[in-house]
Amino acid sequence: MTDKLLEIKGLKQHFFTSKGTIKAVDGLTFDIFRGETLGLVGESGCGKSTTGRTIIRLYDATSGEVLFNGENVHGRKSRSELKKFNRKMQMIFQDPYASLNPRMTVADIIAEGIDIHGLAKTRKERMTKVHELLETVGLNKEHANRYPHEFSGGQRQRIGIARALAVEPDFIIADEPISALDVSIQAQVVNLMKKLQRERGLTYLFIAHDLSMVKYISDRIGVMYRGKIVELAPSDELYRNPVHPYTKALLSAIPLPDPDSEKTRQRKIYDPSIHDYNGEEPELREVSPGHYVSCSQAEFATYTT
Amino acid sequence: MSRLLEVKNLAVSFKTYGGEVQAVRGVNFHLNKGETLAIVGESGSGKSVTSQTIMRLIPMPPGRIKSGEMLFDGIDLAKKTDKEMEAIRGKDIGMIFQDPMTSLNPTMKVGAQIGEVVIKHSKVSKAEAKKRAVELLTLVGIPFPEQRVNQYPHEFSGGMRQRVVIAMALASNPKLLIADEPTTALDVTIQAQILELMKDIQKKTDTSIIFITHDLGVVANVADRVAVMYAGQIVEMGTVDEVFYDPKHPYTWGLLASMPSLDNEAEEELAAIPGTPPDLTNPPKGDAFAARNPYAMKIDFEQEPPMFKISDTHYAKTWLLHPDAPKVEPPASVQRRMRKVDNVYRTPVLVAKDGE
Repeated sequence: MTDKLLEIKGLKQHFFTSKGTIKAVDGLTFDIFRGETLGLVGESGCGKSTTGRTIIRLYDATSGEVLFNGENVHGRKSRSELKKFNRKMQMIFQDPYASLNPRMTVADIIAEGIDIHGLAKTRKERMTKVHELLETVGLNKEHANRYPHEFSGGQRQRIGIARALAVEPDFIIADEPISALDVSIQAQVVNLMKKLQRERGLTYLFIAHDLSMVKYISDRIGVMYRGKIVELAPSDELYRNPVHPYTKALLSAIPLPDPDSEKTRQRKIYDPSIHDYNGEEPELREVSPGHYVSCSQAEFATYTT
Repeated sequence: MSRLLEVKNLAVSFKTYGGEVQAVRGVNFHLNKGETLAIVGESGSGKSVTSQTIMRLIPMPPGRIKSGEMLFDGIDLAKKTDKEMEAIRGKDIGMIFQDPMTSLNPTMKVGAQIGEVVIKHSKVSKAEAKKRAVELLTLVGIPFPEQRVNQYPHEFSGGMRQRVVIAMALASNPKLLIADEPTTALDVTIQAQILELMKDIQKKTDTSIIFITHDLGVVANVADRVAVMYAGQIVEMGTVDEVFYDPKHPYTWGLLASMPSLDNEAEEELAAIPGTPPDLTNPPKGDAFAARNPYAMKIDFEQEPPMFKISDTHYAKTWLLHPDAPKVEPPASVQRRMRKVDNVYRTPVLVAKDGE
């Protein structure tokens, strides 16, 4: 996997408010490889959702670059250039109740992208596509003429996935796609996303705070803290050998469905003041192949020995 | 161990335009002094309705207690008038809700909100109530309590707000604390802090806790005993070890199998429970879980299963435990967690109709 689909370089997203500047995303640099799932985890307010939204240009980046297939997503763009990106990148949102227009039928919701990009020549072709998509996500044809309120949370999330797939994207950003769903339904949606990835070679950026699900679905995971990535590693490696103290604290806080391990659990607490940077700006450094940790020179020396 | 709460054959329904929704359909359980009972289940399984009925917070109408008793210290809460409940609610039974922002009054100082509870249930002056508020904030681990009592909820973070809500619930030393998804809206690190706090307080005050959640990790962390609810009924109940290491009901298997485990290296597909929960305006005949149950037998679609007793403390409501039922193997990921649990009967015993 060396084929980079997405390169994010020094991405910053600052919000200017009356109370000062909020540095939601503060200098991110990472790549997403074609066909992989990159998980992004962190606590609320760490900037993980803002990252996703900035990559897809729902926000204009304060500075930095997002290269998709080598082309910058941000910067001045003509309508047709924007359309091209919009077709290749899609998003699945957290709340399946708020992200579907209640006044549109399921067919119109799913076909909106098809209409905008002119992917269907006739009405018949449009409906065939909608029906195919519904079946792909495990719903059926009869659902096309219904409205969102007639569906359960899990079914709505399937509609959201069908809408994202309609324009045949290469890359999907899933922002907490399962957080609003029940446990038994979460597994259904995750299995569906994995199946679609296998069949269509999709690339995912999977943003979530449920670490066990992220580990299950992701090839690599980035841990965010205060607008920065503090650790980035292959999923198994991150869980087996977490290096950054924040990652350790986060991992130690996940309750596991196993009473014995819960009884003996030792929770670690992260104290940002343990870092003695001495004015030195911490950087992402590679401590073992593919495993990056944000640290100073001195910390790097202790991490690699 | 003495029983603080005993719920017998509780049934609660709601009248709606679409018909009568049978949210809780015959629930039996008890709670001992000083223990934590976790109620798990997905949305719509009746876990919140059960706890709100104990608190008598269900608006009636449209709600109605169709049958059953809720004996709290031997007194039936179902028969209390609203006026009588006011003396119990907040005093003997405290409640913690999911969203700390909507359960606090944004226009009142935190100290005044806690003091309100203190004044309502014991005859003290405002100054004393405030002193007590400071004590309670100290108890729930809020730094600088003397300054914090004079602040408004918006000046607190989510985790700190939930601590305030817990302080309020504890204000009158309740015997029973009902916590309805108290950590669902919080981040994992904050969740861990709140869970530790609740266990710590329980140790100090010997309060009994009913903990409602859908997160099995949280259950494993806090619970002494677990009740699994599905479609308005308890389908399995036992000690935390029994339910996690020797589960008997196929729905419990499904819940456990649909969670990925962190140390699971194998790239196996998650065993999702297919379909969606049934519509309770018209509960299915037979076993409510049958339509989603890969182990369903013919009888599951015809006749509701009885409760079977697997040990003194472990119950499950499934025909699979009947002597005539075929032997089935739980999903692989559940088998891996299975282990021998003490005091299991040689064969499951059919429980008389009334459950416990």
